[in-house]
Order: sequence, then C-alpha cells, then structure tokens
Amino acid sequence: MKPNLISRSLRWFFYRSHGDSPFKTLLIHLTLIVACAIAVYPALRVITISLRPNDTLLTTDLRIIPQNATLDNYKEVLFGSPEKNRQSDFFLWIWNSLSIVLVTSIISVILAAVSAYAFSRFKFRGRSAGLVFLLTTQMIPAGMLLLPLYIMIAKLKMINTSLGLIIAYAVTSVPLTIWMLKGYYDTIPIDLEEAAYIDGASRFTVFTNIILPLSTPALAIAFIFSFMGGWSEYLVARVILQKNAIFTWPLGIFTYAQQFTVSWGQFSAASVLIAIPVMALFLYTSKWLVSGLTLGSVKG
Amino acid sequence: MEKTDFIKKNLPTILWGAALISLYFVFSSLIAPYSSGITLNSKIVVDRLKEIGGFLLGIFGALAVVEIYFYQIFFRQPTNQTSAIIIRSIQAFIAIVAILLVLYFFNATDLFRIGDGGLGKIVNAPLNLQEALKNALIKSKFASKTSAGTTASILLSLVFFILYAVIHFISKPRASKTGLAYLLILPAFIGVLFLIIYPFFFEIKLAFSNASLGTQATKNAQYGFIYGWNNFKTLFTGTVAQDAKFGAVLWRTVLWTVINVTFHVLGGMGIAILLNRKLMFKGVYRALLVIPWAIPTTIAAMALRNEFDSRYGLFNILLGDLNAWLLNLSLHTQGVIGIGNLFHWLATVIGPVSWKQDPFWAFVSVLISNIWLGIPFMAIVILGGLQSISQEYYEAAEIDGASRWQQFRNITLPLLSPVLTPAIILGVVWTFNKFDIIYLITQGGPQEKTDILVSSMYKAAFQFYRYGFTAMFALVIFAILFVFTLVYLKISGGLKSATE
Repeated sequence: MKPNLISRSLRWFFYRSHGDSPFKTLLIHLTLIVACAIAVYPALRVITISLRPNDTLLTTDLRIIPQNATLDNYKEVLFGSPEKNRQSDFFLWIWNSLSIVLVTSIISVILAAVSAYAFSRFKFRGRSAGLVFLLTTQMIPAGMLLLPLYIMIAKLKMINTSLGLIIAYAVTSVPLTIWMLKGYYDTIPIDLEEAAYIDGASRFTVFTNIILPLSTPALAIAFIFSFMGGWSEYLVARVILQKNAIFTWPLGIFTYAQQFTVSWGQFSAASVLIAIPVMALFLYTSKWLVSGLTLGSVKG
Repeated sequence: MEKTDFIKKNLPTILWGAALISLYFVFSSLIAPYSSGITLNSKIVVDRLKEIGGFLLGIFGALAVVEIYFYQIFFRQPTNQTSAIIIRSIQAFIAIVAILLVLYFFNATDLFRIGDGGLGKIVNAPLNLQEALKNALIKSKFASKTSAGTTASILLSLVFFILYAVIHFISKPRASKTGLAYLLILPAFIGVLFLIIYPFFFEIKLAFSNASLGTQATKNAQYGFIYGWNNFKTLFTGTVAQDAKFGAVLWRTVLWTVINVTFHVLGGMGIAILLNRKLMFKGVYRALLVIPWAIPTTIAAMALRNEFDSRYGLFNILLGDLNAWLLNLSLHTQGVIGIGNLFHWLATVIGPVSWKQDPFWAFVSVLISNIWLGIPFMAIVILGGLQSISQEYYEAAEIDGASRWQQFRNITLPLLSPVLTPAIILGVVWTFNKFDIIYLITQGGPQEKTDILVSSMYKAAFQFYRYGFTAMFALVIFAILFVFTLVYLKISGGLKSATE
C-alpha cells in the first residue's frame, strides 16, 4: 500500500474539528464503538437464538453465530411443522396487524388532513379551545381511557374483531396526527394561497390543488407515525383481542413465550422476520420521523 | 408520440406495479408447497376485507350525511317562505333522527339506561325500521340473509340523500365565512367526541359505581356518590391492584420517571455531542445507535426478558464471567500489599443476580431495558438541536479563551433549551405513562414490586376486574398529569405559541 494512502486515511480517521487531538478522536471512536456494541448486541442475540438448533437453545454460549446454526426455527415459524402436526399462524398475525393498522392510519390521516387545515388557516370560535384540547389529549395515556373504551367496544359486540381494535387505536392516533399536520400546515407560507385567491380559486381548490400536494411528505410522515404507533402495540390489543384467530403479531409472538415450554427459538425467528422490514423502514424514515415529532409537539 | 410520452411519464409507476406483481407471484409460488401448514387463507382475507370495507363505508357514509347536513345549513338559504318551511322541517326531522341514533348509542353502551318504555320505543325506532326493512328484503328474496342488513342500511341512508336533494333544489347559495372551517373540523370533531370525550364521561360515571366482575361490568352495577367515595378511599388506604399500596407505587413511579429521563437525557446528550462533529463512519454509528429505538417494542421487551434469565440470560452470564475473573484475580493478588483481599471482596459483591425474584433487581432490570430503549430517541432529538447551533459561537468563544466546559455551559445549553425543555417534559409524560416494558418483562412482579401507577391501573382493570375502582384510579392519574401539563404550559409558554 502506498504510504500516501495510509497517511491520508489516518488523517481522515483522526479528522480534527475545532482542535480535537488525535488521541481524543481515538477516544471518541472507542466510546462510540462501545456504545454501538451495547446498542446492537442484544438485538444480535435475538438473531443468534433464532439460529440455534432446538436441542441447544439453553446455553451460556455468547457467540453470535451459534454452533450448528440452522434455519429450522424460521421454517417452523413460517410454514408450521408437519411432524408436530402444527400449523403456522405467522401470516395470519401479520395480515391481522396489517389490516388493522393500515385502516387506522388511513382513517386518521384523512380526518387529520382536513381538520388540521382548518385549525391552521381559519379563525373560528372554539379554535384555541380545540387546540388546547388536542394538546391535552397528547398528555393522556391511552391506558387511561382503555377501560371505558373496552366496555363500550364490548357493548357494541366488537370484542375479538378488527373493528374494535381499529377504534381503540384511533383514539391515540387521530389527535396526534391532527397536531402534527397542523404544525406542518403552519409552515406553508400563506402567500401561496393568497396568490391563488387573487387568481379566482376557491378555498376548496386551494386546499386540493395547493395544500395537499405540498404536504404529501407530511401526510406520509403522519401515516408512518400512526402506523408505527399501532404496529407493535401489545397492551391495548391484549384487552380487545382474546381469540387466536384475530391476534395481531405482538399477541401472536407472545404465545410462543406462554406455551408450556417457552419456544425462544421460534419467538426469535418470528421476531427477526417481523423486525427486519420494520427496522429498515424505520431507519430509512427516522430523520423525518424526528422532524414529524418536533412538528407536532416540540414548538420552538 | 402521445403514447410514448404517456409510457415515459408513468414508467416508475408501471415498474413499481410490475415489481410488486412479480414479487407477489414469486412469493406465492414459494409459499404454495407449504400452504397446508399456514392458517391464513384467501377466505380469511376476503372476509376481513368485507368487514373493514363495510366499516369504512358506514363511517364515511355517516360522515357524508352529517357533512351535507351542515353544508346546507351554512351555504344554502331558502328562496321563499314555503321553501323555508319545507327545508327547516326536513332539517328538524333529520336532526331528530340523528339525536335518536345518538341516544340509542348511549343506551347500547350503557352510559344511561332508557329502558323499553315509551322513550325506549322512540329511541329504538330507527333501528327497528332498519330491522323491519331487512326482514322485508329477505322475505321478498331481494337480498340474501347476509347482505340484507347492509342493503337495508344503504336504502335507508338513500332517504337522507333524497331529502338533501329536495333541499338543494328549493334553495339558493349563500356566502359563509366560517362555514368551511366548521365543515372541515366536523369529521375530526365527531371522531374525538366518540373516541375521547364520550369515554371520558363514561369513565367519570364508572368511577362513581361499584362495577366489577361480580356486577358483570355495568350490567348490574349501582351508581352513587357513596360508591365513588368508597373507590377513592380504597385507592389511598387499600391496595391498588392486589398487593401494592398507592403511596409505594406513586413513589416508584416518580423514581421510574426521574431515573429514566435523567439517563435518557445524559446518554442522549453524550452520544449527540460525540456525533456532532466531522467523524469517520459517522453515518454507520448513527444507524447502529438508533437500533434500540427501531426495534418494535414488544420484540425488544421480550428479547430483554429472555436476557434477564437467571442462568441463560446475557446479563447473568456476563456477571458470572466477571465474578470468575475477579476470583481468579484475587488468588494472584492476595499477597500484594495494599490490595489484599480487595478483589476477593469484589467477587463476593459482584456476581449473578436473581433478576426475577429480587424486587430491587427486578426494578433495575426494567430500568435498564427502558433506558436502553429510550436513549437513541433523545440522542437524535438533541443531535438535531446541536446541528442547528452555528459553529461561529464556538469559534468566537475559543478566541476569547473559553474552556470547553464554559462553551458547553454558556453556548450549547442555552441554545439547546428550546429543543431540550419540551423534549424533557414530553419524555417525563411519556415515561410516566409507559408501562409496556414493565408489563412485558416482569408483569409488575414480584409481588407488584415493579408496578408503576399506570401498570397497576391496567392490572386492576383487566386482571382483577375492579372496574369502578379503576375508573377512579384513572381519574386520579389524570389529575396528576393535568397538573403537570399546566406547569409545563406555564414553563414553556407552549400554549401561546401553539394557539396563536
């Protein structure tokens, strides 16, 4: 290797911003590497356990790729096991979760897109009261209203249906999305609309032709936000759904832990299968997710 | 020419569509040989789609009915006296039907009982009409048994639209300044009314009742101030779930919140400061550090629960190794002057811990888990704040000879506070309410020694079925949070900036 290249990459590695010494830079790297290890290792352990063959599940081995690594757990999670005469509910859970969470997100984004615009642009009686109310609902835990909601849903005979859970999830997701989108609409300059009014556009056209196209990214963020909120929710789902056939995946993978012999291998395999697409989506959108949060609640 | 333009314009869409379709075929052909082992089948999918489709149709149909009603109130006016009479009477009729439906809903969900008497008959009239129409449809073989209900509802709602059409044709447009605002707010308002305000009032009513498993929830429950007082008294003198007392749980909740938020902010600040510079692999570090936040909480909690296993969990393996290492070390250093039995003593202190049985260590285990999960979010928020601080301040401070600590104290912290203050306060509220980690890892055990207020409430409701008591409990928690929110609004002036 050319010495030039080595010295250049060394210089890059020890890049100094306002006077960090090489030693300090090294220390920073070491600290960050340790922090990364702490952040990643428990997650890696899930993969490790999912790869273990069934007879060595309980071991004090700390290797990341276990001995005799096998994909049996994945196969059993996905397609059941004919030997044990057991069918796999994995796709059913995913479908239940997907259908419930997608519909919740769609409903709340539609409701919020419209009403947040009114909150952002119109002056009308009850506006500030409504906003304060929305702010307060962000402070209320979903668990607080869970009991009356549960009784209400039970009386409407919606226990063990996807509709019941959609209603329960909408409680948290609708106010949150309204608040987020209102924050975003506030940042769209009002001049744009005024120019359109001068050209003779109606309020409705302005909303559909200017505001909605401009706020597509914000709508997407709000959608992802409410999707993420419901996707891995366990506690509310546990109350509303009590039958195996309607379980969402968090309830589903919990059944692995409740069986007579805890099937950590299958639990881990199912977790990996679910987590990887979600984490990819999350990492890809995390920057915007933070900005969405700050849009919604952190003013300033 | 036009055709190629069309293809060019929509190429990404077409490609995406093709990719999705081919993915579907690849997927289904891969799964096909195993389909006997999978419980999901096309019937379940179609049934669910029907269920949800009907639900959406119902919701948006009802919204359309309400929206058109108010649209006509705001934007149409009668042309003459006779049309005014017709229009107002139609509108009054629709309003009465709507009120009856709402009353029916209250009755059905037990907010108050109307009974089967005179008022009950009137309240049930719209639903009885729908039922009658449904039966008639089945009898006349117009619709099958399964679809009759939906068809009847659609037919009945068509009546509304015919009435609206009548109003439309005998009225003229009218200008309204705020009408559109109310029309836009309306859907969300109705949603919030049914989803938040109604349950809230229901909760207040429940708080003044003796509803429990014995009374079959609200079916045989009795209401009265004395029951509310009893619930209130039990909350502070009795047990909140089964074993724990209110004071202890409240104290633990405060500990839980303070420790978590402190570690989140300190850890997040540390990572953010380290990352806020030009650095090799910065993107890699950032992506890896975000992972605890990105993992779905349920999975993370269950995985960590596994790691707190006394024999096979990661933590006890590491502690055991450390213990062995210390013991080994102590054998070699026994003779060294000044150290003596130090390592031997350390080895007796540091070692595997019973995370599940010991209340203290159980609480530590949920704290560790929640801190691990919460730091990345704070780090990203703080990093965003740090990046918005101009480098010039630091350069100027450096010229003036300020030390790094002085720079941090006098530049970073004040400029970070607009981001940090709301983040901390929201963090406090979220942590106060966040009990999924606790519930999934320890389930509040041992002997409810790791429960916080919200998890006790959850258990009181859904494990011990103390409904009336839980409602009162929830109101008390709400009061605590409400006071906190008021303080927050006062500190941050958030109310003014939010509603201006």
